[in-house]
This record gives sequence, C-alpha cells and structure tokens, in this order.
Amino acid sequence: MPLIMMPALSPTMTEGKLAKWLVAVGDSVSSGDIIAEIETDKAVMEVEALEDGVMVSIAVAEGTEGVAVGTVIAEILDEGEESQIGAEPNQTSAPMPEKASDLSLDTTKNAEVTETNIKKVSSAPMSAVSTSVDPSRILASPLAKRIAAIRGIDLASIKGTGPKGRIIKRDIEEIDSAPIKAHLPSVTSMSAVAGAQTGSSTLVENSQMRMIIAERLQQSKQEAPHFYLNMDIDIGAMLDARRTLNAHAPDGVKISVNDMLIKAAAIALKRVPKANASWEGTHTRLWNTADISVAVAVEGGLVTPIIAAAEDKGLNVISAEMMDLASRARQGKLMPEEYTGGSFTISNLGMFGISAFSAVINPPQGAILAIGAGEERAVVRDGQLTVATMMTATLSCDHRVVDGAVGAEWLKTFKEIVENPVLALA
Amino acid sequence: MTDTKTIFYDVVVIGGGPGGYVAAIRASQLGLKAAVVERENMGGICLNWGCIPTKALLRTAEVKHLIDHAKEFGITVGKADVDLQAVVKRSRKVAQQLSSGISHLMKKNNIDVHMAEAALGGIVSGKREVVLNNGTTLTAKNIILATGAKASVLPGIEPNGETIVTYRDAMTPKTMPKSLIVIGSGAIGIEFASFYADMGVEVTVLEAQKRILTAEDEDISAYALKAMKGRGLVIKTDVNVDNVTVTSSGVTVSINENGKSHSFNADRIILAVGITANTDGIGLEKTKVKLDRGHVVTNGAMETDEKGIYAIGDMTGAPWLAHKASHEGIIAAEHIASGGESHAEGVDRNLIPGCTYCRPQIASVGMTESDAIAAGYTVKVGRFPFLANGKAIALGDDNGMIKTIFDAKTGALLGAHMIGPEVTELIQGYAIAMTLETTEEDLIHTIFPHPTLSEAMHEAVLDAYDKALHF
Repeated sequence: MPLIMMPALSPTMTEGKLAKWLVAVGDSVSSGDIIAEIETDKAVMEVEALEDGVMVSIAVAEGTEGVAVGTVIAEILDEGEESQIGAEPNQTSAPMPEKASDLSLDTTKNAEVTETNIKKVSSAPMSAVSTSVDPSRILASPLAKRIAAIRGIDLASIKGTGPKGRIIKRDIEEIDSAPIKAHLPSVTSMSAVAGAQTGSSTLVENSQMRMIIAERLQQSKQEAPHFYLNMDIDIGAMLDARRTLNAHAPDGVKISVNDMLIKAAAIALKRVPKANASWEGTHTRLWNTADISVAVAVEGGLVTPIIAAAEDKGLNVISAEMMDLASRARQGKLMPEEYTGGSFTISNLGMFGISAFSAVINPPQGAILAIGAGEERAVVRDGQLTVATMMTATLSCDHRVVDGAVGAEWLKTFKEIVENPVLALA
Repeated sequence: MTDTKTIFYDVVVIGGGPGGYVAAIRASQLGLKAAVVERENMGGICLNWGCIPTKALLRTAEVKHLIDHAKEFGITVGKADVDLQAVVKRSRKVAQQLSSGISHLMKKNNIDVHMAEAALGGIVSGKREVVLNNGTTLTAKNIILATGAKASVLPGIEPNGETIVTYRDAMTPKTMPKSLIVIGSGAIGIEFASFYADMGVEVTVLEAQKRILTAEDEDISAYALKAMKGRGLVIKTDVNVDNVTVTSSGVTVSINENGKSHSFNADRIILAVGITANTDGIGLEKTKVKLDRGHVVTNGAMETDEKGIYAIGDMTGAPWLAHKASHEGIIAAEHIASGGESHAEGVDRNLIPGCTYCRPQIASVGMTESDAIAAGYTVKVGRFPFLANGKAIALGDDNGMIKTIFDAKTGALLGAHMIGPEVTELIQGYAIAMTLETTEEDLIHTIFPHPTLSEAMHEAVLDAYDKALHF
C-alpha cells in the first residue's frame, strides 16, 4: 500500500481540506485504522488504511486546504518495501482517476494504476490530449504565459491543446484572432464530452464560453456592489410609434420593441452621462458614446454583441445591425471586437413572459438594464382604474460608479423617452 | 512466400525506411496487426545508403584529420595511409549491423516483413489490397506509404556509375579520384565534398544558388563557405553547369559563371542536386491520393485524400530527413489507432532540426534570421564564437559559432543555428527549448555544465540580450 492519495468524497469533489492526521510518521497502522480526516464544505470523512504497514511520510500537512483529489498525501509501506516517493516522477501530481465513478477511498487501487501507467509502454498517443490534470494548476508553456501576460489574457479562461491539456502558444493565438466560435462547443462536442456518467448525474465538461461566463459573472457579483432600481413603464405610445415606423419602413426592416429600447437607453445615457461609466480602480471611465451590449442567448450560454454609438443611429440601422449580430452570434461567427467593449447592457427576457428580473452587471460596465414582458396591467390614473400596456424595467447599478440618485435619474429619463417616443427626436 | 495467398492486416506499411519501420512499431505497440513491405533492405536509404554509412565514412575522415594534425596534440605519427577498401568495408558493416537490428525489432514487435515490391490494388469487401511481386496479396484496413525518394538527376548529366555518380556509388568508391566535382551544395553534396577533401582529393563544389547550404541561415552558410575554402576546397556559387562530357580520363565540365563560360576536368562527378519522391509504380492511380509537384499531399495526421491511406517521409516533401519521416510515421500510426481522433494539427515543420556532418558540422532548428524578419518579427540576435569556448579550445577544434534568433516582443526562441564541433549533438537542446515553448528567460536561467561546448549555446542566448559573459 505505497501511496495514499486525496480521496474524492463525492463525485463532484475536486479538492478538500486535510483536516487532521490521526497517525504520525513512524506509526504502525493496521488495515481499517482511521489515519486522517478530510473535510469539504459538505462533509467530514475519515480515511482508512486498507493494509498493514508503517506510515513513512506525510506529504500534505494537517490543515492544508484545497488539496486536489488524487494528490499524494502520505505513504504507508510494508516492512522492507521501498519508498516510491522520490523514485517515481509523478509523486506529487499523481493523475486523478479518469472517471468520477472510479473515485473512491480505495487509494491502493489508485496507486497501482499510477504505477502501471508509468511502467508499461503507453498505449496513449505520445502527444495526446489527456484528461487527468490537477485542476488547481494551470499548465502553460512559458511562451504562452508570456504572450497571455502581454495581451492581458487570463490563462484560466483558456483550454489548452498541448500535451496533457497544456496551454501552448497556438491556444492563445487562437483566442486573439478567431471568431468566438472557437470557444463555443458544438452540439456534437457537448454530447461527446457528456461521457462521464455516474449513477445519478452526468458530468459535462465546461465549454470555454461557460468558463468565461462563470468567471466574469462571479467577478461581477464579488467585486461590484450591486443595487437595483425598478420602474414600471407604459409602453403603449412606443408600440404605437413602432406600428407607424414599421408601416413606413423599407422592405425587410421590422423594428422590434427591443430595437426601440436600445435607442431609448442610448439617448438616456447621453442625457445622464454619469450612468455611462466603468469603475477602473483609481479612475472612473466615462464613455463618450453609448455602446449598447445586447444579451443574446446562444447554445451553451450567451454573448453580448454591441450596437456602437446607438444614440446616433436610426432605428432602421439598429434593427438591421441587431438582426445581423444576433444571427451571427447564434452561428458563433462574431468577431471579438463585435462583442467586447460595450458601455452598458440590455437583457430582455420579456419574450419568455418574465414580468421583472434583476440582471448581473457585465463587467467592467457600470449598469445593466433588465427588461420584463410588456403586458396589460390595471393601473390607476387620476384616481381611475384603467388598463395600460406596461413593462417593468430593472436597472442593476455598480454602486462604485453609479450612485442611487444617478441610477434613478437615468431610469426616469429612460421612462420618459419610452413613454414619449417623440423625445427621441430632440 | 512464393505461393499465392492473402494475408489480412490492420496496417500495411510500404517501405521499411526510418519512416516505415517506426510507423509499424508504433502501430504494433498500439495493438494493431502490422506488416512492412520492403524491396531491398530494412532501414531504407537512411540506414543502408544514407545517414548511417556516410557517418561511418565521415568518422574515418575525422580520424584521418586528427592523425594528420597529431603533432599539434604532441603526438608524432607517420603519414596516414588510407586503405579505401577497408574504409568502405567498415561503412558497409555499420549499415548491415543496424539493418539486421531493425529486422530484430520487427520480430520483437510481431511485425511481418515481406521482402518484395508492393503496389496498391483495388478494394475488396471494404479493404484495400496490396499486391506484392512475389505472388502474395495483402489486404489492409489502413496503408502507410513510406516509399521514400531517389536522387534527382540533371538532364544531360546521366549517372554512369563510374565517372558520374550519385550517393550510392559515392559512398562505395573502388578507387579514390584525384579530383572530384560535386554538383549541388545541400547537406548531401557538402558531406561528400568534406569527406573526399579530408581523404586528400581535390574537390570543387558547384552550386547554382548564390550561396551554399541554402537551407541554413545566411551567416552560417557564409561561415561554412569560408571554413571549407580554408580547407582548400574550391567552391563556386551562382554557376550553371552547361555541359558534361565523359572523356577517357574522366569528365570535362563546362560552366557558366558571371556570363563567362569555362571548362575544367576532373576524375569524377558526384551529383547531389536534390531528390525525387518515389511515387511511380505503386498504384496511386487507383486511389484519390493527390500529388503536388511530385510529392504526396496529406493532412496534418498524414492521411491522403484517400481515407485509410497515409503517406509519410520523403515522399511527402521537404525537409527530407529521417527523423521527420519517423515522427510522421508515429503520427500516422497513432491517428489510425485512435480512430482518427489524434494529431489533426500535424508536425510543426519549424521544429524539425537539421544536421550536416561536414567539417565543421552544421546544425539548426527553426527560422533563419531572414525568415523571421520576412515573417514580420522584430528579432533579437545572439552570436557566440567557439573560439571563446574553453572546451572547444581544449579539443583543438574552435572553428565555429552559434547564432540564436529571438522574437523581441515575446522572447520566443525562433531559431538556432550552429556551426562547429559536435553541434549536431548540441542542437536538440534548442529543439527541446523550442518545442516546450521556452522564452529567453528560461534559457538564461538554465545552468549549462562547464567545461562543455554547450556553454556556447548559453552564451549565444545571453548575447541576444546583451548579457554574454565570455565574449
């Protein structure tokens, strides 16, 4: 029973805390003895010795957090047995078992697997992309690290294609030049990676886009103090204006409610420029144009193509651009400059019948507008109950750059423009 | 195997050279039933008529050179006599020893070797036939073509095996010529020129291009020219051979140099003007396999336009090097075994090192300085001469230099070029560095042992960043 590895206490566990060693180096252990306690955010579990022997070394100290599953934590040897630590090249980064179902407290078995893999003539391609990598460590070539640093690319957001998933120059260069498609999993690749099936769940490898969404939105919620402003807006006049515009629109142009909201938001940003801002630590960046990012759902996630300087664009132009961007977004054919660098985002879930919701700010922007469904509601006007087509807009603001009064002023301006579309002409 | 029979394989490799036999070993390691068809000798040209026997000859040249200069090392010996028959015999023995070693490797890996000529046949129940000229027919799910190449010839200069020869006769001379003309100054031409010159032959090299060893960096090429001229070789670049006449005493060559014609005589000509892929007579016309300027076209995984037919090595184009063929063979075998999953990206040709075993030796990997500039890089160039390297001086062999080329922006090592003692053994250090995508920083911080020739590699890196210590 040479190497004891960090066990997985659940199929989803990737790391845990080595809470306590119950034996010391030099102690004799018998099969069944509890030798350590492992702790995750969910549970504490005991590690049993599976064979008799002597604890010869402890590789991970008590209290160490974030120990990756599969990491060698100790070595127990039979009398006369030779230590593997130091003799085998893989001792500290022993491969994780490939399938979640293989993860168990049977650490002996894992150790044997490691040994066999090293000694026999490998049947894996000499430069194959392997699956088992220590998740806590980013493997990247020195050159890839250097280029990523120069270009400000986060290595954690890149999937490596070198040996053992190592990030190499090629991977970074592709990020730089390729359309977003490179990061979108195709339907087939999604199903191809959905292989690691355990009893009650299926482990799907996260796509590059998924990882980026996760990272950026987590960053947003952790770093940007969000607050939310709601406003109910009567969209009756806007719908009338839309009918008039579409009746006179050139062939092939059909202005949507969303197109009009993009324009209204852009004009409101010009009138309340303090809301068109980004937090940059020692500085606040005030954007000179209202470049509106529009959230578009795509297979496996979402992208936010941009209508640049929307305040200066006619609705016909916005409509045509939006149609083109959304269609190419769904095909994964957007170029990076088409979805990076907006100043403000609109997310519209009205088409799903969502009446109101709060969106997560798209960093480094200062605010995001969440649009609910337009619906007929009972409203009271001049003491009379009446019916109007209403929509609830929720502005999420980053309090570091957009204070409550600024956000409120912006939302009020936005409401005025939507309710009086003619103001857009001013 | 004289009776007609059909044998089934997962992979049939046509050609037992360094590409083919390595592909077969890898295929067998991956659990595929593999066979190699070879028409002459296992190991192919490389092992029997190329890399290996010429290295044996060049070792003889080196020994003779050392004996000729023994006095400089404090040893007095008589004049070195060359026993040409024994020299050639040793070279052949080395080749035979290795060739039989390959046969042993085939046995060990359960690979059937069919000594015959092969041609692709039709498809019978989904499997391609390979028809051998000994009556046997093989069928295979996958075929790896590894038929190599042969020496190119120039019109009007037909080899006759006596006065006009190509590599094969050049490495098995029955007599030593007094004077020799080598046409072509690529690696093969220059190695023969170097060998014969060390053997005391008056050697003239004729090159149509403006410089010798055109694959190498211009600085290295110029250094080599100077070094070879210093050894007494006559080297003419930018010349065209107009006419070759075989005379009773040898050959007369007429050349055009700077618009002026003149002719001179020599005992023998070695033709070393490149190679031509062996693509005739192997049944390619029955397949969708495409050729481009004589070479077989493949994708990154070495598969041709005909699914299940792969091509590797010399027949797929330059660089014509054994190690390129072997690497491509491994890629093809792994692609087959993985069911077409692996290696779509293919071989990065920029990472294939090249070695020339003339005196001084030449080795390089990656881009030349002018390639890098043409590719749009801003470069940092480091140079270091072996005359400032302690080990080289102790060896009495300090003629040479190392040149490194870095991308000024990222610190990527773009290329390394060396001429000097044992540089063919040193180049893999840079090849590893480039393959692992190291930057100048890693190389600067790597500790090179003292005293070694490799310290010059370190200094050439340091020099690119103005940190060279010993020059």
